[in-house]
Amino acid sequence: MASNRKYWKSVEELDENNSVVETLKQNEFVEEIPVDEFLGDKENLQNSSTSRRDFLKYVGFSTAAATLVACEGPVKKAIPYVVQPEQIRPGVANYYATTIADGFDFASVLVKTREGRPIKIEANGDASFMGSPNARVNASVLSLYDKMRVQGPKSGGEYISWDDLDQKVIAGLNAAKASGKQIVLLTQTYASPSTNKLIAEFAEKYGNVKHVQYDAISENAALEAFAAKYGKRALADYDFSKADLIVSFAADFLGDWHGGGFDTGYAAKRIPTNGKMSRHIQFEANMSLSGANADKRVPLKPTQQKVALAKLYGYLSGASVSGDLPEQADEAVKAAAAQLRKVGKNAVVITGIDDVDAQLLVLKINELLGSVVSDVKSPRLLRQGNTAAVTQLIQDMKAGRVGALITSGVNPLYTLHDAAGFAEGLNSVGLSVAFSMKEDETAIAAQYIAAAPHYLESWGDVEMKQGHYSLMQPAIRPLFDTRQLQDALLKWLGEDKTYYDYIKAYWEDDVLGGQSWNKALHDGVFVAATATVTNVETSSTSENEAEEITATTTDINAAVRRLASATGSDFELTLYPKTGMGDGQQANNPWLQEFPDPITRVSWDNYITVSRADADALGFSNRHVANGGLNGSYANITVNGVTIEKVPVLIQPGQARGSIGLSFGYGKKEGLKSEMQVGVNAYKLYENFNAVQAVTIEKAAGEHEFACVQLHNTLMGRGDIVKETTLEIFNTKDAAEWNIAPVVSLNHQEVEASNANLWNDFDTSIGHHFNLAIDLNACTGCGACVIACHAENNVPVVGKDEIRKSRDMHWLRIDRYYSSEDTFGEDNVMKDELPKGAKDTFLELEIAAENPQVAFQPVMCQHCNHAPCETVCPVAATSHGRQGQNHMAYNRCVGTRYCANNCPYKVRRFNWFLYNNNDEFDYHMNDDLGRMVLNPDVVVRSRGVMEKCSLCIQMTQKTILDAKREGRAVRKDEFQTACSAACGSGAMVFGDVNNEEDTVVALKQDDRMYHLLEHIGTKPNVFYQVKVRNTEEA
Amino acid sequence: MKEVIHRNSVSRILSIGLAILLAFSTTLFGQEGDPDRGKQLFNSNCAACHKLDQRMTGPALAGITKERDREWLHAWIKNNVALRKSGDPDAIAIFEEFNGAAMNTFPQLSEQDIDDILAYTENPPAPAVAPQGEAAGQAVAVESSGISNEVVLVALILVFGMLVVMLVLVNKALKNIAQAKGVELPGEGEARLPLWKAFAKNQFLVLVSVIFLLLVSAYFVYGYLMQVGVDQGYEPVQPIHFSHRIHAGDNEIDCKYCHSSARVSKTSGIPSLNVCMNCHKNIMEVAPETATAEHSKAFYDGEIQKLYEAVGWDVQNQAYTGETKPVKWVKIHNLPDFVYFNHSQHVTVAGLECQKCHGPIEEMEVVSQYSPLTMGWCVECHRTTDVRMEGNEYYEKIHEELSKKYGVEKLTAAQMGALECGKCHY
Repeated sequence: MASNRKYWKSVEELDENNSVVETLKQNEFVEEIPVDEFLGDKENLQNSSTSRRDFLKYVGFSTAAATLVACEGPVKKAIPYVVQPEQIRPGVANYYATTIADGFDFASVLVKTREGRPIKIEANGDASFMGSPNARVNASVLSLYDKMRVQGPKSGGEYISWDDLDQKVIAGLNAAKASGKQIVLLTQTYASPSTNKLIAEFAEKYGNVKHVQYDAISENAALEAFAAKYGKRALADYDFSKADLIVSFAADFLGDWHGGGFDTGYAAKRIPTNGKMSRHIQFEANMSLSGANADKRVPLKPTQQKVALAKLYGYLSGASVSGDLPEQADEAVKAAAAQLRKVGKNAVVITGIDDVDAQLLVLKINELLGSVVSDVKSPRLLRQGNTAAVTQLIQDMKAGRVGALITSGVNPLYTLHDAAGFAEGLNSVGLSVAFSMKEDETAIAAQYIAAAPHYLESWGDVEMKQGHYSLMQPAIRPLFDTRQLQDALLKWLGEDKTYYDYIKAYWEDDVLGGQSWNKALHDGVFVAATATVTNVETSSTSENEAEEITATTTDINAAVRRLASATGSDFELTLYPKTGMGDGQQANNPWLQEFPDPITRVSWDNYITVSRADADALGFSNRHVANGGLNGSYANITVNGVTIEKVPVLIQPGQARGSIGLSFGYGKKEGLKSEMQVGVNAYKLYENFNAVQAVTIEKAAGEHEFACVQLHNTLMGRGDIVKETTLEIFNTKDAAEWNIAPVVSLNHQEVEASNANLWNDFDTSIGHHFNLAIDLNACTGCGACVIACHAENNVPVVGKDEIRKSRDMHWLRIDRYYSSEDTFGEDNVMKDELPKGAKDTFLELEIAAENPQVAFQPVMCQHCNHAPCETVCPVAATSHGRQGQNHMAYNRCVGTRYCANNCPYKVRRFNWFLYNNNDEFDYHMNDDLGRMVLNPDVVVRSRGVMEKCSLCIQMTQKTILDAKREGRAVRKDEFQTACSAACGSGAMVFGDVNNEEDTVVALKQDDRMYHLLEHIGTKPNVFYQVKVRNTEEA
Repeated sequence: MKEVIHRNSVSRILSIGLAILLAFSTTLFGQEGDPDRGKQLFNSNCAACHKLDQRMTGPALAGITKERDREWLHAWIKNNVALRKSGDPDAIAIFEEFNGAAMNTFPQLSEQDIDDILAYTENPPAPAVAPQGEAAGQAVAVESSGISNEVVLVALILVFGMLVVMLVLVNKALKNIAQAKGVELPGEGEARLPLWKAFAKNQFLVLVSVIFLLLVSAYFVYGYLMQVGVDQGYEPVQPIHFSHRIHAGDNEIDCKYCHSSARVSKTSGIPSLNVCMNCHKNIMEVAPETATAEHSKAFYDGEIQKLYEAVGWDVQNQAYTGETKPVKWVKIHNLPDFVYFNHSQHVTVAGLECQKCHGPIEEMEVVSQYSPLTMGWCVECHRTTDVRMEGNEYYEKIHEELSKKYGVEKLTAAQMGALECGKCHY
């Protein structure tokens, strides 16, 4: 039946007189398309001798020609040395021992060089102190090949010669000397005895010279406290391998507290041996690495931490200490005090509170305990910064009392709270020279930029811990026209020798005590036999000053009173260095920018961390958007009149209520590629060098797009992924009870999953069979392995946008899980009981607890013996090796990504783009300089192929070849992967399970051993050790 | 440069040793200055540092007897150190002229020996012509064999031509006879279907031939595509014409003397120029017999000059100038990036001859890629080659277990796992 309903598309159609509608009925477009206009005039076209056919001929010919040309292979040139250095053999790596000392990171390392290029940083096994590099030190090799480095001395934006600079500077110095003004050397902490001597000589020549040391992130309170008690500006050292009990008040000793490097000792005591392990109690505001690893973590606002510390002293000494503390926290402090008393000398109390009283108190408590963990006799020297001197310097500069300012290794215009004051003062300085690797904020403001070399191009010596010396030697000729401060000082002193001569002479006279210089240089480290002797002297001198001692004891009581009466504001901000970025020196390092923070799993950003309760109260939210990215609110935060606008907000489980955290190192603008200019500058809020500030927060408009690599934060009761138990259960019960083997149904009978088998087993009994053991107890989540893997395997950097789309390329990730109840154990119970029906329970389980337990789990390709990926590859690009490795032939891969879909562990990574030589990804692989860091033994993958962890097959193959060539069996524990070699805590152990000598064999037979997702029957070659927590309260 | 000096001193020690041997083995002839014998002595004692017509480490010696007093020469050659110590001004002058390069002393040379050497420097015997003749003879032989081939070919063509002509003639004669006899030739006048039309009508035949053609073209296309990127026979022109024939062939220098990193590294290593100079410091020109029809002696000498230029060696002053021009060799064997190949595995562990993969290098005037370097070629060898395990402790355990498993005494590389993808692709 016909309908006379009229359908219309727009209101205009209803108007009968509308001409446009009428035209559109006939034509596609209202107006005629002006074809002639873009075809030019007709006549010309018609007269043209090129017909359409000719045109097609040309096209055809040029296509064919281009195709033919493309068939010809490129001519490759090979250029040998003219005179080959004896120690270099092309294709064979050389290792040199050196030391990083950039003012923030200190470590004795080995540098792997290939054909004279440093390509990787490794641990120096000979070092007794700071021998295992952290993530930033591992990444520092890439900063050597930074395109943004200053390539020579500069003045007013123009390159000048060193001779020119020398002339001007010497003139300037002499002028300053003549005018009687100060000459100030503002440097990083060098902890270098020879540099100290050199600066003293420099002072002798130029008279009024002041050496001001400046740490961007200050440890001034701890230094002052130590100086007051022991008479030396230094930091107490702690050997956590002797600790049975660690009570920490906001000291992130697994991070960068006191210069870091405590993980090795800590982890040694965390692995339960003979039924014993250490207990770790952490009182803190931000969720730090240390807090995440603690057995008991008590979230407390910074002011409450002070009170808690005072109370702890009270409980220990028996004195009554007043002060407000939440009841739960008070209980925790009481319990901690009881345990401290019980454990006695094997216990230690540490604190990271930026307060001299707190630091003094902790020293006192350790003294009372007679702690063997704390070492005050040969203290750490790797933080020397003096905040009072820096403040004085700014005043002096402003008053025009400074004639010349030489900065080295510092960037005060970025890292100072009072950067404006410093900039103002700089204008009235007669001569300013900045030794810098980058044209950073300070270098630009200085009159002269003295291009400084990277530590891999420099000489140096470092006394990180009293009596423990290490040497820095260049591993490559300077890439640019650079000169280090010490060489320049020698030049300005009119000396002819180089800093190398100077160090050598100094060491031979004052350090080595007759030992061989060459051996010290080879080892990279030297422990002085006389170290203890000088200690006795220093301690005896302090004893002589009895007055001072009594002064300090009376001080203690006053300090406790001051601490106990600490009052805070509604919100307290704690500034902290992020694991990846530290103090921000290496902000232009794409590896570090892309490194996901171990706690928040966010890369390419800093943000304020807020507790859920506070977020709800202030209206902040975090949500996941359709592409899987995490979005968060913005906040404006104000500290004492200084406001930072639009700081992204991240809701952090475990953050103490009423506190927020913000990391240093971001928001830098100068000397960085635009991609790296991310985050906000937290130094602006670092007033009086105090990491804790009273803050006001308000919500700002807009939403921030985070690049977060982990979308699910809780374990959701999946206790078979991270298996956990308590020390008590571990000691008293059978392994079958706490390390439950999963069962599956086979022929309608329940059998252990390892006995059900769909496949024919590979014969792995002959030859090598590699396994990787990961001890969840020892893993602190530090992430050194992630960067080591980056460096070893040429893993590309993909940038913030791609990370946000979950296209990160890390072969090795460290999953971080929170518990949704107070402990993981309770999660399991909750999941099993299902009180409200499955859906609701699981939704609830997705929300992390206010103070959750945390677990870290490094996950890389599990190298399954029955690999799901292998069976689905249509082109057999991934296949099984007899040595237990799951191989990936990139050139065979066609990029179907079936394997990634079928991988239960989600460890396969797809190259969505060409990440090298591509301007869209302007990171290190896009320039010749940055590409020098690539490992020549591993191919750089191209677009459209899958890649994944190979268990460093290039390293295992090399080990085998070395053994074959030398005609010997492979030695015990000789097999290593990049991650296992980089793991300072000993959590990752790699080896050959067919070689009974290897450590990994015992680990595989250990009761704590389990495989990830064992019930799916993949039989992985990577296995984990059940995490054990020491929950014994007293 | 340490190494260079070191090698030089080794060669000096050797030459002194030789000289001592000679001195004790030769008997005196009593003849006054025998240039032939002098040549022998010269080559064994003096040639390391002296030439007749050119300055080397020491001065050119042709006509030295005219410049210097014979007695002085005797004293100098026997013990130049003593002569210098005695304060002889000439001796000190010559010592200083050559940058204080001390000459060896030759106490073992008798007066007669020295006279012989000096006689040689006065009038060197005419260079032997025999080798040149030999070379010429060879060339003639080659040519003559070429001619004989051509002659055979021409003869064959002639024969075939004659046969064709004869056939045409016979055909004509037969036609004439037939015409004369009035015999009607078959087929003439009747419109026969042309062959191609008949072919086109037979659809089956068309189908078969199309399939055949497609298969054939597919075969060739496949063959063509498979050789894309395979550069077997690649023989680029190198910046310096380095002849492996002369070095590895005629002079029998061990491959690994120059390509030393093949023993320990993944790369065989193009020798650095200081390795060349170990010998070429003294070898400034090739022997006349080295020249071939293709390349003259002058050509080879010119190539040695290129080396000196690259390494910055001043022949006149026998010193390095420090101005170097690294040589940009053209890489011949190019493996793709996704393949890991290690020379030491094959050279040191397996003990393979270089020639196994690189072909008769010692015969190559210009090196070319001998093997296809395809994966099929690698795999073929890994399938068929037994692993050399004797005396290598690494293999002891695995050999025992694997030979039990496979029931064989010898194990191929494939049985050791050398066919697994990840062994070469990572």
